[in-house]
Amino acid sequence: MKKFLLAVLVDNKPGVLTHVSGLISRRAFNIESISAGYTEEAEVTRINIVVSVESEQELEQVVNQLSKLIDVIKIVNLSEVESIKRELVMIKVRANRNNRADIINVVNIFRAKIVDVGPEDVVIELTGEQGKIDAICEVLSEYEIIEIARTGAIALSRGLLPVKKM
Amino acid sequence: MLMNGARAVLESLKKEQVDVVFGYPGGAVLTLYDELYKMKFPHILTKHEQGAVHAADGYARATGRVGVCFATSGPGGTNLVTGIATANMDSVPLVCITGQVANPYIGKDSFQEADICGITTPITKHNYLVKRAVDLPRVLKEAFFIACTGRPGPVVIDIAKDVFAEEFNYEYPHAVHLRGYSGKFTGQEKEIDVVFAALQAARRPLFFIGGGVTLSDETADLRAILARTGIPVVSTLMGLGCADPADEAAFGMAGMHGSYAANMAIMECDLLVGIGVRFDDRVTGVVEEFAPRAKIAHFEVDAAEINKNVRVDYPVLGDLRWSLPLFRQRLESSAADYKGRYSMWRQYVIAMHHEKPFTYKKDTGCIMPQALVEMVSRMSEDQTIIVTDVGQHQMWAAQFYTPRQPRQFITSGGLGTMGYGLPAALGAKLGQPQKQVVLFTGDGSIMMNCQELATAADYQIDVKVIVLHNHVLGMVAQWQRMFYDRHYSESLLNGHTDLVKLAEAMGVAGCRISEPAELESGLRKALAHEGPILIDVMVPDTEDVLPMVPGGKRLDQMILGGGEV
Repeated sequence: MKKFLLAVLVDNKPGVLTHVSGLISRRAFNIESISAGYTEEAEVTRINIVVSVESEQELEQVVNQLSKLIDVIKIVNLSEVESIKRELVMIKVRANRNNRADIINVVNIFRAKIVDVGPEDVVIELTGEQGKIDAICEVLSEYEIIEIARTGAIALSRGLLPVKKM
Repeated sequence: MLMNGARAVLESLKKEQVDVVFGYPGGAVLTLYDELYKMKFPHILTKHEQGAVHAADGYARATGRVGVCFATSGPGGTNLVTGIATANMDSVPLVCITGQVANPYIGKDSFQEADICGITTPITKHNYLVKRAVDLPRVLKEAFFIACTGRPGPVVIDIAKDVFAEEFNYEYPHAVHLRGYSGKFTGQEKEIDVVFAALQAARRPLFFIGGGVTLSDETADLRAILARTGIPVVSTLMGLGCADPADEAAFGMAGMHGSYAANMAIMECDLLVGIGVRFDDRVTGVVEEFAPRAKIAHFEVDAAEINKNVRVDYPVLGDLRWSLPLFRQRLESSAADYKGRYSMWRQYVIAMHHEKPFTYKKDTGCIMPQALVEMVSRMSEDQTIIVTDVGQHQMWAAQFYTPRQPRQFITSGGLGTMGYGLPAALGAKLGQPQKQVVLFTGDGSIMMNCQELATAADYQIDVKVIVLHNHVLGMVAQWQRMFYDRHYSESLLNGHTDLVKLAEAMGVAGCRISEPAELESGLRKALAHEGPILIDVMVPDTEDVLPMVPGGKRLDQMILGGGEV
């Protein structure tokens, strides 16, 4: 299985996410993550989808089927061009007087941030590529992870050319 | 102009030249129907919403125009689902307008509330939930544009009840502005050149045509290409009627119940030119072994169809209305002697067809269903539109009826919807009132929407309903006979319903034909009857549709059979 990150520009209209997610489930495509947000244009939403596919042909099907949706303006496979990928994670870890220093140590090594501290927990925030996120989750699993929230990957291409003009 | 949402919907339909709507009223569309009443907008009240949507579909297939249906919220909308899915699978342009509960009630599990957009998302080309009257003109304009451009398909417009009553300043837009959909599908000419070059190198080329040729009304170019080259042609179920029936090398349907020659030609050709097809599993047999000796060219408007099921060597992506005229031009301006070049191959496939045509046992003492279809084929006029339901009778109709033109063989191909036939026939007749419309159905299928006989009677819609009455769910029973040790689980109908009386009770004439000797005179008399009539024809209960390619087999692993040539 290979993973690809697709940037999907869609009309910012009600029902668009239903159309996209409905298509993905109907065609039985494997989705690693999906996230959506506003863009520099008010009427356009950008959906970032990480698909995992068996073959080039399957990837082509994902792209062609998504392209057929009337709300979809543009799809670019950002894994095929020079691009920067990032994901955000927040991890809530149980912390006490004995292990708090160790946890802070891990946070510093990963250049993560502690964004909330309670009497018995800390919330850690980290932005990075998926591998780095996986790694901090792995290390912190030695402590008691209470919960994790991840955004899924988003990406931008390098250089001046935006996705809408590719 | 100041008007309410309901009026705006109907004014927009008039702008789109809609001459009839099929529908069923209800709570959420009361205001819409009130305006319809005031405007005297032509409307056919079916007996069930499923009847309305299939009728709109039959109308669209027979005319090439967009079919329109109305239904209320909740059960009204959900009753459309089968019909929308049927239209979606066969790329039929429909605009289905449903009422939704009023804005303040949406999402509260209100009376007769169902999320129709959510439900129909996987089975529509596009759908809309309209919550403000001011959006109506744009949405209607877009819906008709989307339904009938590119690869056609159904569009659902779900309108909140209060929107119908909302007054606003109506103005119908002249053009559509959709950033993600231009509706234009012109491709790259060099792709056509590649296929043209491949054809020069081919020794055993074969055309493989489908519903796309019908939908794009490209029959004239196709027939000219075939006449210029003499290349043999086979068809999918949806492509029947496109090739010239007088062409000796037009071998009809290929696939699971296709002709021997059609399937063997696919297995032996060295260039298969698919036109407006989607390589459905019913036509490919085991897909890895489809056309194993051939390079495959594919003329197609929908990019997602290319390489979906079958690996394509030479794609030509674009509307057939763009690509086929250019391809024809290249062939006609070439000096090559195509007919001479391919004549051995052509004669070879023709000989196979003569050796093993579609056949059946004769002189059995029963009315053979195939003989009935053949007889209707002989008796019918050049303009006759055949509609079918789904099952054995559908396959016999495909094998033994010869449609002369496209849009004259109307059938639920992709979804295989039993109960489609009768309402679709009504829609076809309303769309083409000057043409004879004959429905082939079975005693299973007819019961799935038999309530629409009453619609035929109420509006005196002149359809001839021929029931191939075999007392079984024939296709199910055939599979049980072949693959399930003759366990006829729930497939033996032996119903007590008298279909003639049923028709008569609904206000439709009826007659029964039981003896082979009566068949011809009985049919002639019934087909000459003025107004709708149900013709209940008794046929044997154990006849198989043959040839047959069993599931998971190659096209040349057909079970043959039938009878003597």
